[in-house]
Amino acid sequence: MTIPPVPYAIDPDNAATVSAEEQQFNDLIAADSRIEPRDWMPDGYRKTLIRQISQHAHSEIIGMQPEGNWITRAPSLKRKAILLAKVQDEAGHGLYLYSAAQTLGISRDLMTEQLIAGKARYSSIFNYPSPTWADMGAIGWLVDGAAICNQVPLCRASYGPYGRAMVRICKEESFHQRQGFEILLELMNGTPAQREMAQDSVNRWYWPALQMFGPPDDDSPNSAQSMAWNIKRFSNDDLRQRFVGMLVPQAEVLGVTLPDPDLRWNEEKGAYDMGEIDWTEFHEVLAGRGPANARRLQRRRDAHDEGQWVREAAAAYAAKQAVKAVA
Amino acid sequence: MRSSRGISHTHVGSLHAPDATLAVRNARDLYTRRNEGVSIWVVPADAITTSDPDAKGAFFESPAGKNYRHASYYTKSEGVKHL
Repeated sequence: MTIPPVPYAIDPDNAATVSAEEQQFNDLIAADSRIEPRDWMPDGYRKTLIRQISQHAHSEIIGMQPEGNWITRAPSLKRKAILLAKVQDEAGHGLYLYSAAQTLGISRDLMTEQLIAGKARYSSIFNYPSPTWADMGAIGWLVDGAAICNQVPLCRASYGPYGRAMVRICKEESFHQRQGFEILLELMNGTPAQREMAQDSVNRWYWPALQMFGPPDDDSPNSAQSMAWNIKRFSNDDLRQRFVGMLVPQAEVLGVTLPDPDLRWNEEKGAYDMGEIDWTEFHEVLAGRGPANARRLQRRRDAHDEGQWVREAAAAYAAKQAVKAVA
Repeated sequence: MRSSRGISHTHVGSLHAPDATLAVRNARDLYTRRNEGVSIWVVPADAITTSDPDAKGAFFESPAGKNYRHASYYTKSEGVKHL
């Protein structure tokens, strides 16, 4: 990938136009230091972060649905408890990220509004249905696996509150991937029907999981700027390549086949060659025409409406107590 | 949050709550899912007074150049034991 000229780099002919505060921002970024909420920052940096962090938060919140769906149907009390803990973590991750986004000046209410109005994006992966128990395994192994791959470098994102939220999230996320792997492993050690169910689920989640890294580098207009600002540390394609490299040996342990006939080791480049990703599907799902977009948003909207009385009651109680305290 | 006895409270994060009681409960749910704490304090954001980040240069100027406040400033005693 050819990286375009660094957009924030200071043009020597133009140095006089850089204000002192902008210079300080540039210096902090150049020194790989952190930007904190009350520091001056370019509008573009603030907007990029608000967009990225809120999308990330929305993904965690919507991401509770494909699995929340299975809590009552999980095959044992242990699996129910694990799934419950995982979905609760996702709610927590959403809240850490909403808090981080709020430090940039956007309100929690506005973010919620944008999500339920269908104006905000979230990861397209959550617009796929989860019809079988094996999907709980494939989501943990592939979806959370891809998320971890994406998120570990974000712990070093230049914006302090985002990096700190990511550190906390990454610590908790590895249990998610392992429990998914274990579900698949148990199915693969089970009956032929269970093995088939596991393979079918991997077939359905593999490609959407690879799409989670975003469009290819030459079609990712914001990547270069995000990398220049030290928000993003690796390109989409690099992260995707790294992920596939980790998956292949894991798939062997599981005994599942990754559904890419073109997947093979390339000795020369020391990495796997892979088949073409269907980007038309990615853009369709992103545009709201995926298999479960409407259902996911409706569920979120309903949950918000159904929680209205709880929020009102809590606020009324707090107001009443405050009056009592004064009296 | 105090992570264990003998450690001071450290800031772990923010949250929304209608009142202080619920803030402590929400903080427990949000920040101690894995036994991270034995004690929680919550403070409303508007009750916090901070230094001015724009004036940090001047505000924290006093210790600058006063490296004689560090033990490492005194090098003549090098090699002398228990100093």
